[in-house]
Amino acid sequence: MRIEIEIERSCPGEGQAARFQSFHVEVPRHATVLDTLMAVKNQEDGSVTFRRSCRSAICGSCAMRINGRSGLACDTQVEGELRRHGKLRIQPLAHMPVVRDLAVEIDPFWARVRAVQPWVERPREAEPSWPVEQETRMPQSAAEEMDDTSKCIMCMSCFSACEVAEVDTRFLGPAALAKAYRFVADPRDTNTQNRLATLNGGGGYWDCTRCNQCVEACPKDVKPMEAIVHLRREAIRAGFTGTIGSRHITDFLSIVRQEGRLNEGRMPMQMKGFNPFKLLPVLPLAWRMWRKGKLPLPWHWPIPGVSQVRRIMDRKGGARRKSFVVGKGDLK
Amino acid sequence: MSMLSHDVIIVGAGLAGMRAALEFAPGVDVAMISKVHPVRSHSGAAQGGVNAALHEDDSWENHAYDTVKGSDYLGDQDAIEIMCREAPSDIRQMEHWGVIFSRNDEERIAQRPFGGAGYPRTCYAADRTGHALLHAMYERVMRRGVKVYEEWFLLSLIMEDGECRGIVALDIPTGQVVSMRARAVVMATGGYGRVYRTSSNGLVNTGDGMAVCYEAGAPLMDMEFVQFHPTTLKSNGVLITEGSRGEGGTLINALGERFMKTYAPNAMELASRDVVSRAEQTEILEGRGVDGCVLLDLRHLGREKILERLPQIRELAIKFAGTDPIEVPIPVRPGAHYSMGGIKADFNGATPLPGLFAAGECSCVSVHGANRLGGNSLLETLVFGRRTGAFVNDYLVGRPMPSPADTHRVEQEKRLAEMVARPAGERGWALREELGTMMNRNVGVFRDRAGLEAAVTVAANVAERARRQWVMDKGKIFNTDLTEALELQHVTELARVIIAGALAREESRGAHFRKDFTTRDDAKWMRHTLAHPDPDGPKLSHAPVAFTRFEPKERTY
Repeated sequence: MRIEIEIERSCPGEGQAARFQSFHVEVPRHATVLDTLMAVKNQEDGSVTFRRSCRSAICGSCAMRINGRSGLACDTQVEGELRRHGKLRIQPLAHMPVVRDLAVEIDPFWARVRAVQPWVERPREAEPSWPVEQETRMPQSAAEEMDDTSKCIMCMSCFSACEVAEVDTRFLGPAALAKAYRFVADPRDTNTQNRLATLNGGGGYWDCTRCNQCVEACPKDVKPMEAIVHLRREAIRAGFTGTIGSRHITDFLSIVRQEGRLNEGRMPMQMKGFNPFKLLPVLPLAWRMWRKGKLPLPWHWPIPGVSQVRRIMDRKGGARRKSFVVGKGDLK
Repeated sequence: MSMLSHDVIIVGAGLAGMRAALEFAPGVDVAMISKVHPVRSHSGAAQGGVNAALHEDDSWENHAYDTVKGSDYLGDQDAIEIMCREAPSDIRQMEHWGVIFSRNDEERIAQRPFGGAGYPRTCYAADRTGHALLHAMYERVMRRGVKVYEEWFLLSLIMEDGECRGIVALDIPTGQVVSMRARAVVMATGGYGRVYRTSSNGLVNTGDGMAVCYEAGAPLMDMEFVQFHPTTLKSNGVLITEGSRGEGGTLINALGERFMKTYAPNAMELASRDVVSRAEQTEILEGRGVDGCVLLDLRHLGREKILERLPQIRELAIKFAGTDPIEVPIPVRPGAHYSMGGIKADFNGATPLPGLFAAGECSCVSVHGANRLGGNSLLETLVFGRRTGAFVNDYLVGRPMPSPADTHRVEQEKRLAEMVARPAGERGWALREELGTMMNRNVGVFRDRAGLEAAVTVAANVAERARRQWVMDKGKIFNTDLTEALELQHVTELARVIIAGALAREESRGAHFRKDFTTRDDAKWMRHTLAHPDPDGPKLSHAPVAFTRFEPKERTY
């Protein structure tokens, strides 16, 4: 079939600002976006620039925005795009400076990944000497705990789709945080406390707004946002409870435990205390809500079934823990 | 621009290159260059697993025997013994470095059966073992802070007084040509699957390191041995792991028969890859194929096993073949997959050129001989990457930093400028398709004299035209049209070497099958092919095969 493809082209290093250019090419019915780009490069304009290699969604080279959605060109069918959007419009990934056309600078992304210290850290004495006689014992269930996050191919689609990355340049982003959780979940890693402490601050796991865009964009079903939620849980469990984010969770839970429901009127006071200076920034919002008749009152009776709610909470309480057991074959 | 300087330059940042980089003493200044970011390397596409005799009931000798037999007795047995003996340690090392291997009930590294192996000794991480290894290896590289020049393209070796003193490379994002001197250079640039039109390989697998070293005088060994993987998708050659047969998948023809019973009654689908690929091709040629393919049936494994052990395979089959293997068989056919041949190197990575080393698929040690067993390529990168790194680390002692002339860079700069300046001509992609299509047809699973002689002519002709190809992109920044043009020159050069070797080798051994010489001829051809560069095309010589304990036998599965 003969199709039209619009490609956003630019080369800041040579002073060429972004503009869309249209091409018409003949492609087979089941062509992917990558096939189409290659047809353009081969037959129409050899200067159209993009990265690609494996064609099978494992190398992560060809992530770009396809009709606005970040994803891999090699596993996106043209036909489906045309059916859904009536056009095929290709742009470089967002939130990263463009080098040329669809190729963006990758350093900003990798600097964020390096910031989570993405490697299994073990004490020096646990480093095996050669020849290595034993592997670490680990149940399949522990490997499976890392299954989602270890599937990541670092294609940067999630970072491009991330709504926080758009407004906050400090945010480490979904891929880096998912990678962090991969090590927090790893029973072999001994750096968990330090990792959680580092990421507890600005740019870390509390800065995610849980918009789910990363989960939608991910071509490998890594579910970065879920990993971020796991990180928060591990952080609270490890005693990092001083942040607004963790206070929100713990106070939310304690109010539900007391009253059997969320009491939005109490949340700001609970989280910030009865300190008028800290509550000051909330007042304009409270005023606007009051005028619209939406300000919830902070005083309620507990709901009738509150004891049942508490029972459910007690039962549900425990989340997954590291299931690592030091086996007999282990290194010291 | 001034010359960059490092103790060691490793070209290629896949598994072999990164593994080598991790072996150097802390004081050694190691730098890697790679035309793609390390995690984009093709090592990551390996699916099924990596072999090691871990279990008490297995032994490295068994592994070595299977490998020697798989190689059709062309593998060097001394090197194979080293690889198989050291394999368990290398696997466990990777485990300690963070690879998430799938586990068995004893909480140890799980192993699955693989083709040509007498024991289930293939360790795996679901069906993305290469990806798991590659990312863990890069994590170690980050931890160590190894300098990586990402997206730099190798242009030439700096050769002076017969020794390698560095490289000239193109910094792709800026378009600058840069000299890099070094006390030693390690090639780890991967294979040349992209010489063929349909290949399981990524588009970057153009054998650049082999071609550049060959041009500099390093002999290429056994290049005629190209592995065709039995199960690649029809549409785009995407790989379906051997692990799918290891887990119990079967191959059926149009009549619904498990045709492997005719070709390998004992091993069936788990015969060696060359055997299975030839069987499939025969079925297809004799009219028992389905639309140019045979069918890989996984249905009887059941949903649960497919989802746990082969999740990526299912995803690939759905996305690229439109079939869900839980419901219907996947159409597959043989596709170019692996280069058994490469830069001649010993088991410490040393090549015949002083200062130049090679490891991984770009090298030929030779542990794969005429046919590689599944699960041995990842292993090769680990064992020989490590050994090469350790050997070069010692080699550096007392070796001064060379001071090569700047003329090497000037020469390359001029070459690229000429390529870009050419105002019109044939486009490289068309030449590449012409070459690749011919290679598939004439130098594929089955070969004969007439086809190979025709191939010599076509390849020489394409090589000549490739020298005058038209680079449309005139920009300096991130000029991929230029790098693709360079890659085309590399694949045409390698194609000529493959064809020359295949034409000379008048026998059938492993992956090299001659319809006009259908049997193995040990008396005449139990020897390696060496190809040397010459203006009139490759000049061939031969080298003996190393034997230790396994006598050549007829090879049946």
